[in-house]
Amino acid sequence: MIKTISNLGSYVLDGIEQIGRTFNLLLIILWKILQPPYQIFPIIKQVYFIGARSMTVIIISGVTIGMVLGLQFYNTLERFGSVGVLGSAVALSIIRELGPVMTALMVVGRAGSAICAELGIMRITEQVDALECMAISPDKYLVAPKLVGGVISVPLLNFVFNVVAIGGGYFVGVVLFGVSEGSYVNGMIDSVLWSDVRLGLVKSLIFGLLITLICCAKGFYLHLSKYGSQGAEGVSRATTDAVVISSVSVLLCDFIIGALMS
Amino acid sequence: MNKITIELLTGIFVLIGIAAFTWLAVSIAGASFTEQPGYTLEARFTSISGLREGAVIEGAGVRIGTVSRIDFDPDSFEAIVFLRINEGVPVQEDAIASVRTQGIIGEKYINIVPGGFDELLGDGDELYETESAISLEELVSRYIFSSED
Repeated sequence: MIKTISNLGSYVLDGIEQIGRTFNLLLIILWKILQPPYQIFPIIKQVYFIGARSMTVIIISGVTIGMVLGLQFYNTLERFGSVGVLGSAVALSIIRELGPVMTALMVVGRAGSAICAELGIMRITEQVDALECMAISPDKYLVAPKLVGGVISVPLLNFVFNVVAIGGGYFVGVVLFGVSEGSYVNGMIDSVLWSDVRLGLVKSLIFGLLITLICCAKGFYLHLSKYGSQGAEGVSRATTDAVVISSVSVLLCDFIIGALMS
Repeated sequence: MNKITIELLTGIFVLIGIAAFTWLAVSIAGASFTEQPGYTLEARFTSISGLREGAVIEGAGVRIGTVSRIDFDPDSFEAIVFLRINEGVPVQEDAIASVRTQGIIGEKYINIVPGGFDELLGDGDELYETESAISLEELVSRYIFSSED
């Protein structure tokens, strides 16, 4: 009985410690980014890795989601005889909600897991300690470019996703089902306001920071993990955790930002 | 992969992203970074319930401007609405601004009916003739209570 309660306590303490470590890492990075020397090429490399190489998966998922939304909204709206609002329904749901969330989830799956595994392996093979021995700050050299790269890439990917998904909805609605082109495009232009686009922008900026931060912290602090860092198993556990935690926190944050900003 | 290729591909990616953002912001959301040429009028309403900043201003059913700001005047308990009217659209001194709804459950917008005066309003002037939002509930309750006697 007492053992069960103390187990529970240790889980809670571990969770709090991890949250603390993660935000501590964020503060350290924010402080160190401001200090010279400034590294530009490592950031470009991360934007390439997180952003440019995610373009394919973002475009494919964007077109698919846009087409699915077009199809489902068309079928529902047709029953009420109001297919005229198809454009605004598709555009608003993509720009406000689905764009930022789907982009963040795709980036977690494609780049977040890779970031966590990379840092985790560097930690267990003592490469991070080697950097420290050479008086190179590992958080600035390894983590900071990934964080900045994530914050730059995710919003850009989000807007590409939005445009492509609106195109997918257009294809299904206008080309396949024959909704009038004018009502799709102009309905969209009339109902989407700058505040909707701004909401999407804020969401994707925060998601970009959040997912790269969680994935970096999980890998970078692998040696402090409660279960120890037993080689490949430790890395695999940390990577799984990083993907699950960052996906869940994206969904949670999406609701919180949505509730605060509208 | 060498440094030049990575930089080139990253540059292309960033350009595509910025282009997508600009398209969304400018042609879909209609945000303009330089203020559209036009002038701002002030109008007071006793109720504008449901009107949002950025709402459309229509004249004869055509979009002629947007609501730029909404303030509350605590002294008279009225809403002050700032109307940004496009350049070249004349609004007479006795023109009437009313809060209307698109369809039954649509968005609120402001409709401007032209007046007969020769004097035109300029930047910062106040539009005195206003009609507030019509509330269906209020109409129904007025009907119920007036039929009692």
